[in-house]
Amino acid sequence: MKSTVNGAEPLLRLQGVSKNFGPVQALTDVDLEVRSGEVTALIGDNGAGKSVLIKCIAGIHSPEHGQILWEGKPVRIRTPRDAAALGIETVYQDLALCNNLDIVQNMFLGREREQAFLLDEEAMERSAQETLSSLAVTTVRSIRQPVASLSGGQRQSVAIAKAVLWNTKLVIMDEPTAALGVAQTRMVLELTRRLAEQGHAALFVSHNMNDVFEVADRVIVLYLGQVVALRPADELDRQIVVDLMTTGASDRLGKGSMGADVEG
Amino acid sequence: MSKVDEPVTRPEADAAQTETAAREAELAVPAELAAGSVGEYVRGSLARIRAGDSGILPVVGGLILISILFESLDSKFLTAGNLVNLLVQAAVFSLLAMGEVFVLLLGEIDLSIGYVAGLGAVVMADLAGPNHGWPWWSAIAAALLATAGIGLVQGLIITLVGLPSFVVTLAGLLFWQGVLLKILGSGGTIPINDDVINNIASANLSPLVGWVVMLALVALFGLTLWRRDSKRRRAGLVAPPPTVTLLKIGGALAGGIALVVLCNTNRGIFAPIQGVPWVVFLVVGVLVLWTILLGRTKLGRYFYAIGGNAEAARRAGVNLVKIRTIAFMLTGLTAGVAGIVYASRLRSISTSIDGGTLVLYAVAAAVIGGTSLFGGRGKAIHGVLGGIVIAAIDNGMGLMGFTAASKYMVTALVLLAAVTIDALSRRGRVAL
Repeated sequence: MKSTVNGAEPLLRLQGVSKNFGPVQALTDVDLEVRSGEVTALIGDNGAGKSVLIKCIAGIHSPEHGQILWEGKPVRIRTPRDAAALGIETVYQDLALCNNLDIVQNMFLGREREQAFLLDEEAMERSAQETLSSLAVTTVRSIRQPVASLSGGQRQSVAIAKAVLWNTKLVIMDEPTAALGVAQTRMVLELTRRLAEQGHAALFVSHNMNDVFEVADRVIVLYLGQVVALRPADELDRQIVVDLMTTGASDRLGKGSMGADVEG
Repeated sequence: MSKVDEPVTRPEADAAQTETAAREAELAVPAELAAGSVGEYVRGSLARIRAGDSGILPVVGGLILISILFESLDSKFLTAGNLVNLLVQAAVFSLLAMGEVFVLLLGEIDLSIGYVAGLGAVVMADLAGPNHGWPWWSAIAAALLATAGIGLVQGLIITLVGLPSFVVTLAGLLFWQGVLLKILGSGGTIPINDDVINNIASANLSPLVGWVVMLALVALFGLTLWRRDSKRRRAGLVAPPPTVTLLKIGGALAGGIALVVLCNTNRGIFAPIQGVPWVVFLVVGVLVLWTILLGRTKLGRYFYAIGGNAEAARRAGVNLVKIRTIAFMLTGLTAGVAGIVYASRLRSISTSIDGGTLVLYAVAAAVIGGTSLFGGRGKAIHGVLGGIVIAAIDNGMGLMGFTAASKYMVTALVLLAAVTIDALSRRGRVAL
């Protein structure tokens, strides 16, 4: 997994991607890249196009123009299944867990293991346990407890663990900390770092500046459907990002500035 | 408690929050999880009940209460003859209610199954009758195919066109009632002369065969349960302690023995009648089948998932249209079985079948048994137990000479109590 880290070819690259809904231009000529072993934050104000962008990558929308390159090869992602086949999993803001099912059942939902037409609960429980331990998700009391009984942070952790269960290369997280308290946010941010350390690529969508600077290696700023910056997090600070988010430019960075590592 | 917990040291920041979460979680954890011993298992169960997940406890408690009440008012209630009669009466309600559980799990409803059951009975009676002269098994198969087909069509209208199931199956209730009247003519009856079909609801297994079948069933259940639990214990997975497994098997055996002893008691007045009615094993058979389907297969898991959060299931790649349609088909199929039992009991099918009341009883039975009207929670056993409650009210009040009017009113109150328990337990659930 580590082989692609800092390699020449990013895991995911978007070139000139545009998407409109009727007369509304949601994304305009978006170029970006996401690397394995890194947390890439996608930040932008409400309506900047963050959700549309990740839905284009997750196979829910298909862009009108542009190209998506996956491990250097052009791909078409038409359905969530296509995305899953490539190794892209999305953790949605509203979680997408079934409260009445337990943790194992949720993690394997839609991809249950079977033996002679019956569910193979033992195998699923063991895999779920391994994944949770490897991510150091330690606060759940038992993996057979219904999701309804978990705290918000624990649910988010389960949703993320669910995403990495499948030999996943890219985990997209849509505002994973939006509804969480301080301690629970910590828990999710640490988990996000751990994903990157394990060699996954994490695309972390947020408009919370604190979270972004705490967790991200690289930051993409989206403004009115356009990428206005893609830079290592340590080249940016809060003021610059706020400027970029609200006006699309920052005096301290130069107008519409892009990181040096993205070409044309 | 959890195995996930042990190997890793907890980050300091999480500690406080972890404790609160653990305390909250304690209430909703299945008893198996917290159990190292029987005592802990019982404590876990109690915590769960307090948290609102009472399972079949209210309905079992209700049944005991009803029995005590009727027995104290009329000592004929708890006789072998009456209890066996009650089980046969309950069969139609229980079967219809088991069918209803599938759609209730999805948060849908099927109001048509009363008349769908009647139509199945008509198909069977007609095909097995002198007009066609089909053998009993093919007549039954055709009836089940017809009712499953009706369920399929209604399911497709609901899922593909996107109409509310309430309206589509309400139309179904009217339509199939019309079809039934059309086929039978006003006041028409089709008598059933096939022995096998009539025996379903009226014949009994010989006392010896009753014992053998019951012991075989309990042995099969016990072996499966023991093997599964001990395998899980060995693998270090969540499992109840061995004593609890043994207690469960013992409980099943005790229940089976009680049933067979009860049914093998001579309940005849003029000639000796004894043995377990066929229909009791038929209901048990359907119960086992649907319990496996709901609890141990992908399909069953998807019913629960859709009922719990349809959007999550869709994103997980579950084909909502397909799974929902299958649920309506299974409901129709189970209704067909109920229709066959209904006709077998009367040895005929006529226009006097009241499909409207039957379906309302079926929904009531499922909910009284513990299935949630809000979707996502329910089991086949709920339908069976709820059906027995409804039959018990009907039977007990009948013994005391009450009219249909009072029976309806009492059944309504019981239903209201059950829905209240359902709604309150939903509110009582932690972190929902």
